[in-house]
Amino acid sequence: MPIVYYLYLSLALFCIGIVGVLTRRNAIIIFMCIEIMLNAVNLLLVAFSKMHPPKAGIDGQLFVFFIMVVAAAEVSVGLAIIVMMYRRIHSVDVNFLNRLKH
Amino acid sequence: MENVLQIVWLIPFLPLLGFLVNGLGRKYMPKAMVSIVGCGVILASFLMSIWVFIHVREGGGYVADYFNFIVVDKLKIPFALQVDELSSLFLMIITGVGFLIHVYSTAYMHEEKPEHFGRYFAYLNLFVFSMLLLVMGANYVIMFIGWEGVGLCSYLLIGYWFKNVAFNKAANKAFVMNRIGDLAFLIAIFWIIAKVGNANYADVIAFAKAGKFGASDITVITLLLFVGATGKSAQIPLYTWLPDAMAGPTPVSALIHAATMVTAGIYMIARSNALYSLSDLTMHVVTYVGLATAILAATIAVQQNDIKKVLAYSTVSQLGYMFMALGLGAYSAAVFHVMTHAFFKALLFLGSGSVIHAMSGEQDIRNMGGLGKKLKITSFTFLMGCIAIAGIPPFSGFFSKDAILLSAFEENKALYAVALLGALLTAFYMFRLFFITFTGKFRGTEDQAHHVHESPLSMTLPLIILAVLALAGGWVGIPEVFMKGGDKLSAFLSPVIPVKEGESPGHSTELALMAISTIAVLAVIAFSWFRFRGYQRKGEAQGLAKVLENKWYVDELYEKIIVKPLQQFGSFLNDVFERSVVDGLVNGVGRAVSYSSRQLRLLQSGQVGSYVLLMVLSMLLIFVLQFFLRK
Repeated sequence: MPIVYYLYLSLALFCIGIVGVLTRRNAIIIFMCIEIMLNAVNLLLVAFSKMHPPKAGIDGQLFVFFIMVVAAAEVSVGLAIIVMMYRRIHSVDVNFLNRLKH
Repeated sequence: MENVLQIVWLIPFLPLLGFLVNGLGRKYMPKAMVSIVGCGVILASFLMSIWVFIHVREGGGYVADYFNFIVVDKLKIPFALQVDELSSLFLMIITGVGFLIHVYSTAYMHEEKPEHFGRYFAYLNLFVFSMLLLVMGANYVIMFIGWEGVGLCSYLLIGYWFKNVAFNKAANKAFVMNRIGDLAFLIAIFWIIAKVGNANYADVIAFAKAGKFGASDITVITLLLFVGATGKSAQIPLYTWLPDAMAGPTPVSALIHAATMVTAGIYMIARSNALYSLSDLTMHVVTYVGLATAILAATIAVQQNDIKKVLAYSTVSQLGYMFMALGLGAYSAAVFHVMTHAFFKALLFLGSGSVIHAMSGEQDIRNMGGLGKKLKITSFTFLMGCIAIAGIPPFSGFFSKDAILLSAFEENKALYAVALLGALLTAFYMFRLFFITFTGKFRGTEDQAHHVHESPLSMTLPLIILAVLALAGGWVGIPEVFMKGGDKLSAFLSPVIPVKEGESPGHSTELALMAISTIAVLAVIAFSWFRFRGYQRKGEAQGLAKVLENKWYVDELYEKIIVKPLQQFGSFLNDVFERSVVDGLVNGVGRAVSYSSRQLRLLQSGQVGSYVLLMVLSMLLIFVLQFFLRK
């Protein structure tokens, strides 16, 4: 398969992620969109790594594992924050999170 | 072995020491001690000056180099003092006459509080120090330090009674007028340094003698130096400060007019004579400015009623003569006149101080009269001064004035005629002053009449010494006609000032000129005797007399064409430019910052969504910019 397919798929996933982050108000969905963007990048890294094996080796694929590990850690922290948020204000709508400006 | 003259730094240093002691200790020292310190240091300087003079006379000049004052790249300005024939002569005049004035001051100022008495002597010593530095400097930069110093001290001393607003204004006027001249002098120094590479007299003169100056350079430099001299030596157009400088105590006037300050310009031009001789244009300018000043000031002096103002204008007029002599190339005649003028003008000023002292501060001669009977010593010495300045042989003024008139005659007969007219005016106003003040009936109040008394010995003794000098001071420059080798002064000065070569008009002509001037002066004196011996106060002056009394309205003219427009320009800048442009700019910056920050504050909404949107948009912007800027 030509590389360009992977690129289009990755681009599409990333844009879905961005639009989701920008438009949705539910914190869990925003979280999922962030994960989608991360995975779009992962896909891109793997694809490029596969394209240029002699030059790049397996650096790209290794990098993907790192990202997945960090993302897993991040998810655990992020979900914990969301749970705490729900406990305090009984909602996961980010529009209620406007205390940052004070 | 080191030259013994290396020690000449003591001459200016001693008055500086006196200044420090009197200035710092003025609150703790009694008057007697201030007087001893103040006069003592000047006396010591005077004795050293005599010693230096004798040395120079036997062994020629010497340049004492002490340390490098300014070193920048290739430019080196050493702090060096030069004693040669010219400066050693000036040293004697400054310290000698200065010492007499100091002694006189101890009595004249005795009513001042001890603190102010100390301040006065501190200024006086600083003044002498500056003037000594001015004449002893071995380059133009050191001269300029002294030059500024005398300007500062004249300001301090004219405004000595600083509680009087008018006196402060006079002090400001003197300072500002001097600054104008100083600026020109400074530019001239820069110009010289740019051309020659340093400012040492020896190098500059060698440079000039080698003909390395361009014709336009030399003209501009000499003209600028001359403008500097007009400020310090009170020539047209910067002379108006000198009469106003009468606001200071009378001995200060004597010091400014006779020993220091105003002779600085003459000294500077005489010192730069090698430069001036190269530029005909400048020489003509100097001659005619000097002549115009001499006549203008003499006409004003005829109608003044303040005893000190008459003398002040007389000084301006005599300085005009000196400049005329400089312009005619008769440098030694000018220096000669500086010397004799120092004697008789100091005498006249101190005499007028004695009169003012006796009259309890009265300066208007219309309220005096008949003082000759009560102030015997003062009136007699004053008469000697008048005769000397009028130029009657064998008094000193005759010889120096005659030398100047003779050089005018050699140059141009019309010039001579006008200069002679000025000399006659001099005789007229001086004897008018003398007759109105010392003869006739007393016209003051009863109180004053009761109070009139002769001054104490410390005031009359300087008068007597100066009177002797005013009589005999001219005998060092007796013209060849009377005595072979009589002109010792020119011969003495010849290493610095080359003796003028040229045909002498012949002895018979010279004698005839002297006879004419002497007879005319005597006639003028007789005329003023008949006119003023029974002087009575008259009403307002009319016509020409009124114009003269108001000094040709020159002050008013300056007020109109220079001071007023400048003030208006200043208030325009203050009211319009300052308010709208400068303030607008400053306030505008402040307002712009606070407005934009108020707008930017709205961005911080606290909404997570809007933050994310902004983040994405800015990242997009960065990508797009990078894409375009890469190319």
